[in-house]
Amino acid sequence: MIWLDTLVQGILLGGLYALFAAGLSLVFGIMRLVNLAHGDMIVFAAFAILLITQTLGLHPFLAALIAAPVMFALGWALQRFVLNRVLGKDILPPLLVTFGLSVALQNGLLQGFSADSQRLAAGPLESASVDLGLVTVGWMPLLTFATAIAVIVGLNQIFYRTALGRAFRATSDDPVTASLMGIAPKGVFALATGLAMVVVTIAALYLGMRSNFDPSIGPARLIYAFEAVIIGGLGSLWGTLAGGVIIGVAQTFGAAINPEWQILAGHLAFLVVLLLRPRGLFPRAVD
Amino acid sequence: MRVTTSTRTGRIAGLSALALVALALALPAFASRAVIQDLFTILTLLTLAQLWNLLAGYGGLVSVGQQAFVGLGAYAMFAGVILMGLDPILAIPLGGLAALALSIPTAFFAFRLQGAYFAIGTWVVAEVTRLLIAQWKTLGGGTGTSLPREATSDILGVEPIRVLFGLREAAARDVLAYWLALALAVLTIAAIYALLRNRLGLALAAVRDNTEAAKSVGIDTTRIKWAVFLIAAFVTGLTGALIYVQTARISPDAAFSVTNWTAYVIFIVVIGGIGRLEGPILGVIVFYALQQALADYGAWYLLTLGLIAVVVMLFAPRGLWGLLSDRTGLHLFPVRRRLERIDLEGGK
Amino acid sequence: MILETRALTAAYGQFRALFGVDITLAAGETVAIIGANGAGKSTLLRSITGVLRNAPDMVLHRGEPIGALPPEIVMRRGIAMVPEGRKLFPSLSVEENLLIGGQVRRAPGPWSLAAIYDLFPILQAKRLAPGTSLSGGQQQMVAIGRALMSNPEVLLCDEISLGLAPVVIRDIYAALPAIKSTGTAVIVVEQDIARALSVADRVYCMMEGRVTLTAPAQGVTRAEIHQAYFGGAA
Repeated sequence: MIWLDTLVQGILLGGLYALFAAGLSLVFGIMRLVNLAHGDMIVFAAFAILLITQTLGLHPFLAALIAAPVMFALGWALQRFVLNRVLGKDILPPLLVTFGLSVALQNGLLQGFSADSQRLAAGPLESASVDLGLVTVGWMPLLTFATAIAVIVGLNQIFYRTALGRAFRATSDDPVTASLMGIAPKGVFALATGLAMVVVTIAALYLGMRSNFDPSIGPARLIYAFEAVIIGGLGSLWGTLAGGVIIGVAQTFGAAINPEWQILAGHLAFLVVLLLRPRGLFPRAVD
Repeated sequence: MRVTTSTRTGRIAGLSALALVALALALPAFASRAVIQDLFTILTLLTLAQLWNLLAGYGGLVSVGQQAFVGLGAYAMFAGVILMGLDPILAIPLGGLAALALSIPTAFFAFRLQGAYFAIGTWVVAEVTRLLIAQWKTLGGGTGTSLPREATSDILGVEPIRVLFGLREAAARDVLAYWLALALAVLTIAAIYALLRNRLGLALAAVRDNTEAAKSVGIDTTRIKWAVFLIAAFVTGLTGALIYVQTARISPDAAFSVTNWTAYVIFIVVIGGIGRLEGPILGVIVFYALQQALADYGAWYLLTLGLIAVVVMLFAPRGLWGLLSDRTGLHLFPVRRRLERIDLEGGK
Repeated sequence: MILETRALTAAYGQFRALFGVDITLAAGETVAIIGANGAGKSTLLRSITGVLRNAPDMVLHRGEPIGALPPEIVMRRGIAMVPEGRKLFPSLSVEENLLIGGQVRRAPGPWSLAAIYDLFPILQAKRLAPGTSLSGGQQQMVAIGRALMSNPEVLLCDEISLGLAPVVIRDIYAALPAIKSTGTAVIVVEQDIARALSVADRVYCMMEGRVTLTAPAQGVTRAEIHQAYFGGAA
């Protein structure tokens, strides 16, 4: 039963990684921008939620509701005033700008909040668990996974059922022709990054409630997110969930063998997939 | 007509560079130990920056995983000393070779990733290498280890330096490391310059500007990217080994630090001017000045550095050297090919 | 004049493609612009739509300068484009391709999904198929329908017969009278001279970035066109 338990824990952990990855995937899908500061933005959002819980005495869930629109505005502004200026054929400028942002964010947080580990207090939910017969799982991991599914369903609804989603897809296909339809590509990009930051806030909420965080952990979250995206195949949100699950399962099994191998096992799973299926498990037909 | 890259400023710069190198060689005779140590840091960072510039600025390969080669190079040197009983200086080439060996699977994996994702791919490989090295208990595992005293006590070449300058042994070791760093930096710059001036330079420019077009005129872009990546890894490994000969103490977190070996290096290149040989040289000077000015402000330093890099990319994407060279037309390392009229005998 | 260019010059970097082009389009009028490959016809349309930016007063819409406006703003003023090569969005279905044409601007007017499906009945049957899975002619119908969905004042058609079989071209051109009858002003850029003249009120002929002939479509002679098209003696 221990293996079944490990498997279930790994799958549920995958939900968290899918949440990390969804925002990265969204931004890349629409504007081919790889945001190297993505992990640090998750950590930034976690600190934002922390600050709100501390100053207003709110539960993290409510604090995240307040943080989300703020993060949306920050993402929108970042894209509008910074990233839109460096998007183009050359991949170098956006990479270097987001790398600079990553380091600046990390050290800004370090300056503001010190290197101490923090946690979002979720109350009784933290330790509550439910007996599913064969295995017992915590409510928190279960909730994380359910949220990941909800986020993916929600994003897919936006993408395929709304006018905004139509504009996202059209701009992703061909920004010049989209502009001939009256759509301002740079405005669409700003909305997309804003939306990605809302997803980042949700990811931050669960990151902070499930484990300790400090200003330095952003890059590792970026790497998990990236691995989930690549394993899933660029452009497929469900694939991203599958990618997250694969890394999660590899990590929990690695940890079950030797706690020091947890992270390593996740990376190795990624390399194996990259070796066998360079385009990921669910590649998009058109690219 | 003939094609030339030679310019008058270029020749003057060449002569000045020779004079500068001669001065740098003689420096230990009158500079303090602290200056020598600072210069060692600057020279090793300059070497790493030139290599990263070769990758990203000329090859279009934005690697965020160069710490893999620094770290592995350093650990290979440690392995040579601790496990094989080599002299640390003689163990430095092991660092280059180990990094070269790692660069082959790294390139194999990372080149499978499209464009920008290449960057994170190299980062993953660096993380994997760090985690694996941390499992190597003989070399201290996760906490690291030091070079044994008997290995550092009579390093090859230290004794003559000690006698020559009348220094204590530790200071003489710093002088040796400094000279090696100087040699490595000068050779690296010279080699990259030579590389850019011959056919590879043209091919690289073509690959960076337009991979498809380069392919269509028969340039094997994959091979060139492999070549650049492997060369950069080898020399990065040598540099890593040299850095840790001087430090004499190693741990996985320090040796594979993305901040120290990649972030700093990226900022140096970006601020100085990407895709120019002069860029990293100017960049490392600015970087060092900033470090001195902001040394007491902890995280503010990196925060500032990150923001400066962002601002430079936004408003002066070719860096400070780009600004300078646009204003003055100055090229210290002319690599651009120009047509020049030459008079042939017979007045043709 | 609903649309006008004045001494329009345009360049791609160092390469100048237009040298002082003056054209006018009156409300409800259909104008054909013909010329050989590289005459500057497509550059002219790119300049009007804002894909290529110019000095503000080089392009006037209802007398207001629009030459420096970006394409999305030009489009919102009621100038819709059927781009060369159709340029349907591969991620969108046929119906979504049509909808996106009227998503940002939808002036009151005759065009709607239903009206487009009346004009091109085949599209209704394929409404859920990916836009790019259709035949070239059907894709061209989608591209025209997409531009009409905003109920534009001005419709710009860039080489809508390019690469299509004659019988398909006939079907597409058969739709133009219906479009004209709603009062939309139309510019058709064409290499197929006969087709262009059959629908146009006036014709401009371009050569090497200049207008070499302006004439009513009825009454212009083959010799005049030949002269304007190729330069030199006919």
